[in-house]
Amino acid sequence: MTITINGSDYPVPLDSRVSLLDMLRERLGLTGTKLGCNQGACGACTVLLDGERVLSCLTLAAQAEGRDVLTIEGLQGADGSLHPLQKAFIEHDGLQCGYCTPGQICSAIAMARELRRGDPSHVTANLAAGPEGPTREEIRERMSGNLCRCGAHNGIVEAIEEMLGGEPA
Amino acid sequence: MSKLQNAIVGGVRTVLGRVPASWLPGGTPDPIIQKRATLGTQQPRIDGPDKVRGAARFAAEVPMANLLHAAFVHSTVARGKIAELDVSAAEAAPGVALVMTYRNAPKMSVPPAIGITNLKAAGNHTLPVMQDAEIRWNGQAVAVILAETREQAEHAATLVRIRYNAAQSRTRFKDGKKDASTPDSILIERNRVDKGNASKKLAEAAYKIDAVYRTPWQNHNPIEPHAATIAWQDGQLIVHDATQMIHATAGSLAKVFGLKEADVFVSSPFVGGGFGAKGMWDHQILGAAAAKLAGRPVRVMLSRASMHRLVGGRTQTEQRVALGASADGKLTALLHHGYATKPRHSICDEGFSLTGRSLYASASFDIVQHHVDLDLLANSFMRAPGETPGTFAIECAMDELAHQLGMDPVELRRRNVASCDPISGAPHSQSATMTAYDLGAERIGWARRAPAPRARRDGEWLVGMGCAGGTFPFARMPGTSARITLDARGQAHVASAAHEMGMGTATVQRQHAADRLGLPLDSVSVTIGDSRLPFASFAGGSSQTASLGAAISAASGKLAAELLRLAGNDTPLAGLRASDVEFADSGLRSIDEPSRHESFASIFRRSGHKDLSVTGESGPPLEMLKFSMHSTSAIFCQLRVSEVTGEIRIDRLVGAFDCGRILNTKTATSQFKGGMIMGLGMALTEETLLDERSGRIMSTSLADYHVPVHLDVPEIDVLWTDIPDPRTPMGARGIGEIGTTGVAAAVANAVFNATGIRVRDLPITLDKLAFNQTPEKREAISPPEFP
Ligand code: FES
Ligand code: FES
Repeated sequence: MTITINGSDYPVPLDSRVSLLDMLRERLGLTGTKLGCNQGACGACTVLLDGERVLSCLTLAAQAEGRDVLTIEGLQGADGSLHPLQKAFIEHDGLQCGYCTPGQICSAIAMARELRRGDPSHVTANLAAGPEGPTREEIRERMSGNLCRCGAHNGIVEAIEEMLGGEPA
Repeated sequence: MSKLQNAIVGGVRTVLGRVPASWLPGGTPDPIIQKRATLGTQQPRIDGPDKVRGAARFAAEVPMANLLHAAFVHSTVARGKIAELDVSAAEAAPGVALVMTYRNAPKMSVPPAIGITNLKAAGNHTLPVMQDAEIRWNGQAVAVILAETREQAEHAATLVRIRYNAAQSRTRFKDGKKDASTPDSILIERNRVDKGNASKKLAEAAYKIDAVYRTPWQNHNPIEPHAATIAWQDGQLIVHDATQMIHATAGSLAKVFGLKEADVFVSSPFVGGGFGAKGMWDHQILGAAAAKLAGRPVRVMLSRASMHRLVGGRTQTEQRVALGASADGKLTALLHHGYATKPRHSICDEGFSLTGRSLYASASFDIVQHHVDLDLLANSFMRAPGETPGTFAIECAMDELAHQLGMDPVELRRRNVASCDPISGAPHSQSATMTAYDLGAERIGWARRAPAPRARRDGEWLVGMGCAGGTFPFARMPGTSARITLDARGQAHVASAAHEMGMGTATVQRQHAADRLGLPLDSVSVTIGDSRLPFASFAGGSSQTASLGAAISAASGKLAAELLRLAGNDTPLAGLRASDVEFADSGLRSIDEPSRHESFASIFRRSGHKDLSVTGESGPPLEMLKFSMHSTSAIFCQLRVSEVTGEIRIDRLVGAFDCGRILNTKTATSQFKGGMIMGLGMALTEETLLDERSGRIMSTSLADYHVPVHLDVPEIDVLWTDIPDPRTPMGARGIGEIGTTGVAAAVANAVFNATGIRVRDLPITLDKLAFNQTPEKREAISPPEFP
């Protein structure tokens, strides 16, 4: 009856109503994951569950039992060095207030995997053939669930492009 | 504001008009304009690593033992009284520690209202908070629940039973217009301007536009909800807040609870987006009151719905703009009349009517705005208040006039751009608006624009280009202070209760202090963000950088004097006064004989001091009253409109800015873009939906209130003139708000160029363009205009 979070095991909360987000923030003090709306509309609470992005505000902690959760705190190296995408966010100024940032970063990491796997998106021209690659259009569409009110969108997309090694489309 | 205020401001302006500029602040240009080392370069944010790690600590993340969580119950009528109140089920619910209503809330004073005469006041409205059974707007907080967990508090909030005796309420804009009030002044400006007989000139004009433009209620919707972690300790009130008004919140809470100012501590090192919304509203007051009653610390984190019910937004406006012009495009008349909702208990003026006073040199003006008093939540300032709706109306009207004249819209601006303040005649401190237009026009390829509407097409898409100007006044706040501590190793530390909500405050002021003190960047550190630090005014009105810059500059002058005193006579600097020396190479040197130099380390060594601390303050901003000081911009947009669905796709957006010197090219670019993206939202999607029958806001979530998402945001080009303003600290004017102004008009003008359809009511949603509407059909279904 445990959840693995950033490599450590934690007991599943007894109150079955507790969201994964509240478990992280209020019970474990892992406040890097942000609460923006608590209703699935902003993406600030995005974490990785077995490598796939989920909105932790809409995920019950109990659903994560026996599974692997990765949050922003688990992204840096053991020596505290930043993940390449974290570095790219700083380099391209893909942030202002920084509140949407952990969610954008977690979301982008899972999105890269979806792209590699060939999952189509709303802007993919040929659904059967899959995306043509990490075009700006594909990145923008796939990141549209992560709101940023400061307007760091350009920098965020550039940082993700750098991580994907893609050329600006 | 009052007639008295008009008299005072008018009197000071008249006197200053005769005073030589050299006597005033900024009388001689800031020397740092000439000797910049790190200012003007691109520097990454110093808090970037913490932010990308999720380690920057926000208000709701301060750990505290024994914490209770708050939830709010909101009224469901706009006016009336609570007739019956049953909290027993809520009190009995699991985990509940307190249910607070007007019956048991502590006595609290009305918070002092925000104003230019009291920088320690933060009240957005003048109503008592939970002191009686009276309901004054739909959504007012009527109960606060404290419980062990957030889930328990939110559940218990659903168990409070209330019956209201509803009273007659006024919640319809149209009804409120009938007895709208006409204030004497708007912010610090006289409200009515009547110069040169504008009505007559309009009637006689060869070319004229007379139209009504509407902008809706909008909400800031920062991604971080309003939040505070609050505790009472030994009679002191501690508030870890998300605020852009640290000292004003502390001062106001002291007044509300009858405390000494020193007994309120407010901390807010990081704010997850503010845009005007993160001031003091009822939630901090109620959170502190409930914490007092419960005897335990409290965490408030508003739900999106509670945010919409307790925190005001940008108010609705309806503006008539009439322009008269001669055949050569010269404006002969500019009339700007209109209404903005401003409930009587509300503090913030939405000064849309200020826009038309500074942009163009018309031969006559007739300007006045009226306020519509409704039973609604108080409105508030939102990014570029006043000028955002104001530029939408004026800049659309200019585009309409250009079309009527058959003149290029940029050329029309060139013929009318003001060379001094068009109303008072005050000189500009610096202005190069047309340089910005030329930069922007070249970047977007304006020459490719088809002058006739509906002339370019790409399959089902109609393609168009438009432009518009933006403007926002310069502001520097008095009283903002900074402490500089310099130590014997040549390390400088700057401290001030300033705010960081994404602008890069510490990053930029660190550059400033390094250049000012002749130090390398890594010898300077900056601490901001709590009320124990030297006083700082709010982060608003694009004033913080100038205010803090002036404070650091003043402190550096004191530091030079103190260092000379320490240096004594046994120094190459002997006999020099503070005005004879400048900071250079980690020390002081003579301005006239640069070889006379002594390092900080050497001065400290000889004097035996370990460090030196001085505090400087931003003085009275008299330059604002003598000069016409505005950041301006030229916004260009290229877009496509689907003839079938009415969808709009923004393909390119270019902003060219004339804002004095740019201090950090990286963070400035981001701030401009952020402002422009908020302008895109205003143009295309943003609207707070009000049920006018009940005064209830219907769009209280991010699913209902649509802010731009990644797919809506194109690659944005940002350019600037970078011409220093000789009257401002560092040669810079504000850049935080100007980005938003003009964008909605540029989009609307591009939509007209693409489709021939003129949309004068924001947002420009698909229904206004869909189903092969032609300009003629559109006119036929338009609602009747201004009464
Ligand atoms: S907090 Fe989960 S989507 Fe907004
Ligand atoms: S950086 Fe502030 S919301 Fe994205």
